[in-house]
Order: sequence, then structure tokens, then C-alpha cells
Amino acid sequence: MVDKKLDLVTLTDRQQKARRNRSAAIGLALAVLVVIFYVATIVKFGHSGSM
Amino acid sequence: MALVDERLIDEAGSRMSEATAGDFFALLKPRVMSLVVFTAFVGLVAAPVTINPLLAVIAILSIAIGAGASGALNMWYDADIDAVMTRTASRPVPAGRVTPGEALSFGLVLSVLSVMTLGVLVNWLSASLLAFTIFFYAVVYTMWLKRWTPQNIVIGGAAGAIPPVIGWAAVTGTVSLESLVLFLIIFLWTPPHFWALALFKSEDYARAGIPMMPNVAGEASTRRQIFAYALILAPVGVLPWLLGFTTPAYGVISAILGAGFVWYAWKVLQMTDDDRVMKPAKALFGYSLLYLFAIFAIYLADCVVSRALAIGGA
Repeated sequence: MVDKKLDLVTLTDRQQKARRNRSAAIGLALAVLVVIFYVATIVKFGHSGSM
Repeated sequence: MALVDERLIDEAGSRMSEATAGDFFALLKPRVMSLVVFTAFVGLVAAPVTINPLLAVIAILSIAIGAGASGALNMWYDADIDAVMTRTASRPVPAGRVTPGEALSFGLVLSVLSVMTLGVLVNWLSASLLAFTIFFYAVVYTMWLKRWTPQNIVIGGAAGAIPPVIGWAAVTGTVSLESLVLFLIIFLWTPPHFWALALFKSEDYARAGIPMMPNVAGEASTRRQIFAYALILAPVGVLPWLLGFTTPAYGVISAILGAGFVWYAWKVLQMTDDDRVMKPAKALFGYSLLYLFAIFAIYLADCVVSRALAIGGA
């Protein structure tokens, strides 16, 4: 009975929506970070190469 | 037993966060961040050498995130006093949308990320200045000065004044007199700006137990100090022209803006103790925002136009 109750712990719609919202923001932030570091590396290596 | 289990389940449910990305964005104090971004951008553009545009964007982004991180750390530490002030009660931590632990983690992660990014991709002088700014705002101002002395925002104002120096350092790798003058303008602007706010929000600050100048030295003394700072700020705003960094156009406009600041501060000085509406204080607060934005916008325009004319004449 206890285990069954623990299994019933589910996120509310609001909590699920907030989690999706946070996940999307984290994903976007990570994607931006990857692009920034990738392009910045190209820029800096390019600069060093031309010296 | 069943009651205990149900309560555990309820508590587990209540620990599930309902914070949205917007709540975390609010932790960054976006309005303060916008001023930081703008003044850092002016420092970056005004520098006499150029930087790769992408690195310039990264520098500004890092400075913005670093400033936001210090805002998040401030909201973590100040949640108790934010909760009792009308101006700040709806912030994510006192409103219960974000837990203090989440705010602390968020602030620390962004602090490290912004400083490391600026250091690795731009230069370590600007990264060091950014790290110092975050430390100064989150630790020296928030944890120490704010609850201890009415000079809190005078000394703490240094944190808000550094961004143009960081912007300049990001491009040149140095700290120069030009950027220090920009620092000085914001540093001297901060006390009259915040004391004008503290005058008409003094009850809020008193309830929170923060020793702002009107609550400690009295409103009359605060009005006199606001006027004194205005008298110092007005000529310092013209310094970039007097030192030969800008054209006379900047000198004339900044002098007019400074005279306006003194006039608004004079109206505050004329306020009486029984004036509870405090329209002059509210007017000065609004004008001070316009003043700082205008001074930096004109400085920026002056630099850009002068450079364009120099290239055109060459």
C-alpha cells in the first residue's frame, strides 16, 4: 500500500510545464555556449595562424 | 504510519520546483544588467583599438552574465529583507518560486562560467576585473556594507561603476584614465540616485532594517548630501571633454545635463520634512536614470562620429 502511494508521486501540470520550460532554456543556453566556443576558437586560431 | 507516508509524499511534491526560466532570468536583475551592458559597451567601443566583433559580443555577454550572477547571489543572500520590502517582495526567492539553494547555485555557476569565458576567450585582465566586481557586489556590498553602514551604496557603488573599465580592458588589455573617468561618473552618480529612491522608500528600508542614509542621518541631511554629490557630479560629467577625450559637443551637452541634475537636486534640497509625496525626489530618481543613459550615449556617439570623421579625412 505504501509503495503504491509512493508510486503515485507525480508532477502537477504546472510542475511539468515549468520543468519543460527550464529544460528548453538549459538546452538553448548550452547550444549557444557550444556555438560561442566553437566560433571563438575558429576566430582565435585563425588570428594566430595569420600571425 | 499512513499519515506520515502521506505527509512525506506531500512534502516530496511540494519540493518539485515550479520555477520557470523566466524566474531564473529575473534573478539576474535584467534592468540593472541592461545598464551594465550599455556602460560596458561604451567602454568597449570608446577604446582606441578594435577587437574582433565576435569577441566583442562574447565580452559583453560575459560581463552581462557576470553582473547577472552577482544579482542572483544578492537575491539569495537578501531574501529575508527582500520579503519585507514592497519593492522587492515579488522577487523569485522571497515569493517562493525559486529556493535559496537554487539561487545560490545559479549565481555561483554563472559567476565561474562568465569569468572563465571572458578569461579564456578575451583576456584575463578583464576577467579578473569581472571576478572582482562579482566579489565586491555579492560579498563586500551585499553581505557586509548593506546592513552595516549608511555609506553602503557609496562604497558599493564601485561595483556598478566598473563595467566600462571592464569593457575597455577587454579591448586594450589595460586600464586607462579614459575608462577611470567613466568609472568616476557612475561612482558619483550612484549616491544621489539611490538616496533619492531611499527618501521616498524610507519606510520600506526601515522595515527591513537597512541603514540607508535617510533612516540613519535623517532626511534633511540626505537632501543636503544629494545636492553636494550633484554639485560634484555635474563637472565630473564634463571631464571627458576637459581632458581632451571628446569633442566640445560632448562638453556642451554634458554640461547642460549636469546643470539639469543640479536643478533637480536643488528641488530635492528645497523639500520640507512634512512632504510625504516627495515628488522632487521621484523626479530626481527618474532624471538620474536619464542622465546616466544620456551621458554615456553622447560619449559613445562622440567617439563613433569622431572616429568616422578621422577615417573619412585620412
